[in-house]
Amino acid sequence: MIHPPIPAKQSDSSLSKYPEHSATNPLSVHAMTVAYHQKPVLWDIDYDAPLGSLIAIVGPNGAGKTTFMKACLEIIPVASGTIEFWGAPYAKGRARIGYVPQRESVDWDFPISALEVVTMGRYGKLGWFRRVKKEDRDLAFKFLDDVGLADFASRQINQLSGGQQQRVFLARALAQEAELYFMDEPFAGVDAATERAIIEILQKLKNHGKTVICVHHDLTTVPEYFDNVMLLNTRVIAAGSVKEVFTQENLKKTYGGKLTLLDEVSEAIAKAKGS
Amino acid sequence: MNDAAQSLTDVSFQMPSLHEVIKVLTLQAGYNSALVIGGTTMLGLAAGIVGTFTLLRKRALMSDALAHCSLPGLVLAFIFSFFLNLNEKNIYVLLLGASLSGIIGVYLIDQLVRHTRVKEDAAIGVVLSVFFGAGISLLSIVQSLNTGRAGGINHFIYGQTAAMNQHDAVLTLIVTLLTLVAAILLLKEFRLVCFDSEFATVQGWNVQRIDLIMMLLVIVTTMIGLQAVGIILIIALIVIPPTAARFWSEKFDRITIISGSFGALSCYFGATLSTLFPRMPAGSVIVLTAGLFFVISFLFAPERGVFATSMRFLHLRTRISIDHFLRSIFEQIELKFGAKEDSYELSKTEVNSAAPKQFFLRKLVFILLAKNKFLTKNNNDYILTVKGFKRAYELTRNHRLWEEYLTQYGDIATSHVDYSADMVEHVLSHEIVKQIEDSLRAKGKIPRALPQSLHPLRET
Repeated sequence: MIHPPIPAKQSDSSLSKYPEHSATNPLSVHAMTVAYHQKPVLWDIDYDAPLGSLIAIVGPNGAGKTTFMKACLEIIPVASGTIEFWGAPYAKGRARIGYVPQRESVDWDFPISALEVVTMGRYGKLGWFRRVKKEDRDLAFKFLDDVGLADFASRQINQLSGGQQQRVFLARALAQEAELYFMDEPFAGVDAATERAIIEILQKLKNHGKTVICVHHDLTTVPEYFDNVMLLNTRVIAAGSVKEVFTQENLKKTYGGKLTLLDEVSEAIAKAKGS
Repeated sequence: MNDAAQSLTDVSFQMPSLHEVIKVLTLQAGYNSALVIGGTTMLGLAAGIVGTFTLLRKRALMSDALAHCSLPGLVLAFIFSFFLNLNEKNIYVLLLGASLSGIIGVYLIDQLVRHTRVKEDAAIGVVLSVFFGAGISLLSIVQSLNTGRAGGINHFIYGQTAAMNQHDAVLTLIVTLLTLVAAILLLKEFRLVCFDSEFATVQGWNVQRIDLIMMLLVIVTTMIGLQAVGIILIIALIVIPPTAARFWSEKFDRITIISGSFGALSCYFGATLSTLFPRMPAGSVIVLTAGLFFVISFLFAPERGVFATSMRFLHLRTRISIDHFLRSIFEQIELKFGAKEDSYELSKTEVNSAAPKQFFLRKLVFILLAKNKFLTKNNNDYILTVKGFKRAYELTRNHRLWEEYLTQYGDIATSHVDYSADMVEHVLSHEIVKQIEDSLRAKGKIPRALPQSLHPLRET
């Protein structure tokens, strides 16, 4: 049974006048341009994230992948363009959005335990001045357990391995109990076991109807892990289902002559299509 | 000779009696000294707490910039008061001027970093020194005004704790209470923004507002501290206590409390000392006391202190050396005699090649081997005891298990490899250990002489 889309209030959505953007999509980006020091990093981005899918953002270094995420989340300002979540501006959708930043973005020598980091995922629901309660901590512990780190709850975060730190960040995002997740390279610098654990969690999120958008570096795993892909290099080169747009031609357009991995990738694509 | 004359001519320190010391320490040496000591202690408490937040927000030097940049505003406020015939020592007017120019300085630093390619440290250096230079130049104008009271403003540079009056003490009390209330109410928010401000933004927190509250606390604490410890040294009260406290705990809230206590204690002892030795400038005594807390912390803190970490390192090195020694001995025995459980006489070359080369480590290893009864000495010959043999066997077995595990399960093993070889059973499931043992045994790498080693060894 198909539910009729919940019509967004006219006052909320400025994108409703564009037929290509649907208010049921968790994320709609229209004509987004971002510049650093007057130099455009992202140029005229149009994008719609389909509901309930695992989406990879791929592109060469400096293509603006992280910038795209941060601009969507209003961490950095956009020069122009409109970004909407479920047909409403960011402020209205924020409680339904989870975020996993790059691991290098924080100081891991900070005096805080793994459990406390995960508990931070609950802060947004608590609001100003409210103290962290036992329920919050219990819930945080559950999510820490979900990523396989229950034994490490009271460890200072510096005593965790890179893969474990990445999982702590993932658990913190899970604790946000969101419907749309932004993850900036969740597989960067993790070992094979952690990579498997993380992808299992992402699949589980997807099966529960959540949408996950990941900046991803390993082109060979795109067909295996994701069902949607956005090829980005300052502009959107192509976006859509992996089967349709993750092609040699599009990859060449995205990476130019720099792609030495191309053969490996085409092998991976062939394997995924064959199965 | 009267007191005033004496204090002018007497340049030697006079040792106070024990009675005097106790009187000052318990705030019974008169109203004035109690006021100064109490007020400064509160200042230290506030600075220690605020300092924790700014240090963990990586903005510790902001307080330094703020203090230095406050000088021109302070002097201008003094000059204006003089020309408007106000009381030029009115503390509110002076601190208002100081705060304004301090804030302008910090704002300029922020703008420089944001809109140019100047990095933060350079921006702080540029703005701080220019403002301070301007302040010093303005001071010369004050001196030429001939108010006869220019000294009243001079002491803001180095601080004059003893000048604290009832007014100042009340102001300090208010600031301290404000800091305490903010720290209690906003601990969660401060922790979040200090750790991951971008995540806080995504969650919908107004990070600018939280930063602003933090900055306001820094401003009021710095301004209150100017008079007591001076522009140049106030940074010490903001930075040293939390840096010292960081050595003692891995918890944000505990570090805040410890830092507050260090700050309060530094000021308490510092102010006391300068009451007992009136010729010692209080600001520097306070900073030196805080420095002492830092040195103690960094040397002797139980987890992160230099002493503890080097002890841990030495312990680890000794343990590894002992393990290497036993394993190397075992392998030589295995080659010559097979691995039969027994005690073995060891040749000099065997012992020498297995023991570490460094003199001190070598001594330590032999002492511990003897203490554990792994090795005994018969005349000049070393004997590996049965107990030593068992330990060597166990170590070798575990070591080989790990090696085999890594070659078999290398792709998923990386998260386990940093465990010591001793812990193979604790880390891997018994099934995996059994599986690896079987494969090792098939390759003849687990000595057949001791098949019972899978279970606790029998005493022979």
